[in-house]
Amino acid sequence: MSNLKIVSPAPHFRSGESTSSIMLSVVAALMPAAVVSVLVFGFRALLLEAVCVAACVFFEFLFRVVMCKRDNTIGDCSAIVTGLLLAFNLPVGIPIWMAVLGCAVAIIVTKQLFGGIGQNFANPAIVGRIFLLISFSSQMSTWADPKGYFGVDAVSGATPLALLKNGSPLADLPDMLNMLLGIRGGCVGETCIIALLIGGIYLIWKKVITATTPVVFLLTIVVFSMLFGLNPAYELVAGGAVLGAFFMATDYATSPSTEKGKVIFAIGCGIITMVIRAFGSYPEGVSFSILLMNILTPHIDSLTRKKPFGGVVK
Amino acid sequence: MPDKVVIPMIQHMGAPCEPLVKVKDTVTVGQLIGDSNEFLSAPIHSSVSGTVTAIEDFVTSGGEKCKSVVIATDKLQTVSPDVVPPVVNSREDFLKAVRSCGLVGLGGAGFPTHIKLNPKNLDQVDTLVVNGAECEPYITCDMRLMLERTDSIMGGIQAVMKYLDIKTAVIGIEDNKPEAIAKMTEAASKLEGVSVLTMKSKYPKGAEKVIIYEATGRVVGEGQLPADVGVIAMNVATLSKLDEYLKTGMPLVEKMLTVDGGAVAEPKNVIAPIGTPIKDLMDFCGGYKSEPHKLLMGGPMMGICVYSDEYPVLKNNNAILAFDEEQSKPVKETACIRCGRCLRACPFDLAPAAMDRAYHLGDVDSLRSLKVNLCMECGCCSYVCPAHRELAMYNKLGKRMLREAK
Repeated sequence: MSNLKIVSPAPHFRSGESTSSIMLSVVAALMPAAVVSVLVFGFRALLLEAVCVAACVFFEFLFRVVMCKRDNTIGDCSAIVTGLLLAFNLPVGIPIWMAVLGCAVAIIVTKQLFGGIGQNFANPAIVGRIFLLISFSSQMSTWADPKGYFGVDAVSGATPLALLKNGSPLADLPDMLNMLLGIRGGCVGETCIIALLIGGIYLIWKKVITATTPVVFLLTIVVFSMLFGLNPAYELVAGGAVLGAFFMATDYATSPSTEKGKVIFAIGCGIITMVIRAFGSYPEGVSFSILLMNILTPHIDSLTRKKPFGGVVK
Repeated sequence: MPDKVVIPMIQHMGAPCEPLVKVKDTVTVGQLIGDSNEFLSAPIHSSVSGTVTAIEDFVTSGGEKCKSVVIATDKLQTVSPDVVPPVVNSREDFLKAVRSCGLVGLGGAGFPTHIKLNPKNLDQVDTLVVNGAECEPYITCDMRLMLERTDSIMGGIQAVMKYLDIKTAVIGIEDNKPEAIAKMTEAASKLEGVSVLTMKSKYPKGAEKVIIYEATGRVVGEGQLPADVGVIAMNVATLSKLDEYLKTGMPLVEKMLTVDGGAVAEPKNVIAPIGTPIKDLMDFCGGYKSEPHKLLMGGPMMGICVYSDEYPVLKNNNAILAFDEEQSKPVKETACIRCGRCLRACPFDLAPAAMDRAYHLGDVDSLRSLKVNLCMECGCCSYVCPAHRELAMYNKLGKRMLREAK
């Protein structure tokens, strides 16, 4: 028997969780919404999702190789999450090359140039979406007509929030059941509230995220829509709020890590979203609100740090 | 019975002892073989009878160098004539007896007990917290002790209460040990001022500051000792040994410890003479069932790796774990993803990820304001980290960086 043993620092047990297992949980949580997106928007939705995932993983791989980084980080699966989320935030009819360009902005500009996973200050998928929205606004607001799950009862393609913005009466909007089922105009992955809630609750149950951010975010939307005289139920389900609250505002790298910080962050997101929706020129404000709060995250984190047990404040 | 024992002259926090024996000397069980005039020290006794074969250099698991006394055992275990029950009539006698017992905190830290029992503000100490929370997962020796030596633990508690004039004692036991709670509660009910507190089982409940907070609601602050908040905390094993010494005069020469891990054929709790090489313990436990890849002194969360099974058992060991290949697989460290798990895991509400960053930047000011000095190195942050960062190690290194910068 050799007498030399492995010497390593304590602790000698680990929880078994890893970055990739967390990211794969998020991918799993996004699957219900991905399935519904194909039912509602057809196979082009699947194509878009597949292209975005492949492009994000490819850009991450390419950047790490070109920049001679020691490790290739595609194994952590975070690029898959970014690709899926970006696809979820695009209209189904967007030209594929634009989606790929969005992926490049998300992965290379937003994530890798700042140092890769954990170092980016803004959510890559959100920056990718906003870049496309500003650069190609007409393609980013051309909505395909949604189908029913089995190809029947099609409704108007315009997004409910845009209809509301233009002063349409509530009666012209898809009814609440169709809204919850996702049979309405909008981005690929944002429409089916039920599927998103299933995924969100799965993430909370798996302890990947805490309930703080989504709950506070959505509550703030309810409160401010009432203050601004809007219909709170429709404000919750008609746009990207549920997708944003559960999957984008909870991004580890770009949101506060303390629970108190998450409350502040989520309230900020909710207020900015509602201010843009009520007073801005865009019908939707979820992505802008999260991006703006991303910028404040380091400050929120340092202001909400917990006081150490037994620590003496000097 | 091992063929030889190796007794290092550093076995605990504090100054090393000087060997008092020479090569070829004959020694007996309980004979004083090392002592020091320094304040923070405890004497060391021979755990076996036999002949001193060498006084050699020894490198401790902490990397310090000291002397060690190697004794070839004659397997007779002849008891030294010095082993007689101490005469204790006063607090001074009591503290002197505790010192001559060579007693150190047997829960793991190994702080010399006679110093712990003699704080400057003894008159303000009103509570004895008895630590019956097993300090780490895997370890069960304290539980066995509570079941098998209930009376000596109670005897130790009574002695401390009597000579230090402490009125209350709280025995904290985790709720995953119902038999120990039942047995200890029954024994405690016969004593005035002694009670058993059932605590939720959650590592690191056995940490001194944590159990003191659970038992009394008092927070031991930065730079404070438990006595500063009126508490003395002692492990059940320390109290049991104290009682035994007062009755028999046999100093601390053996230790009950847990031998476990995937590479051990028959894991069990054993009582071993101090200085027994790990190899002999393993032979006693049926040998290795597979090639051990990692040997730990202590538990899985805070235990220190040793590089060889020639290494001896020390006074403050409460476990020896031998991990097989599967359990020893090194994990690859990746970038922090800011998930916040370490913040939620830290029992002291520190921010391990921020301290990791500050340490790597060499940012001493941040380390100071983040209070890296309060870290007790329990390892919870490294345990939960999905990026497998060695957060506990960086805290340890950060503490050193802070000390050296002062």
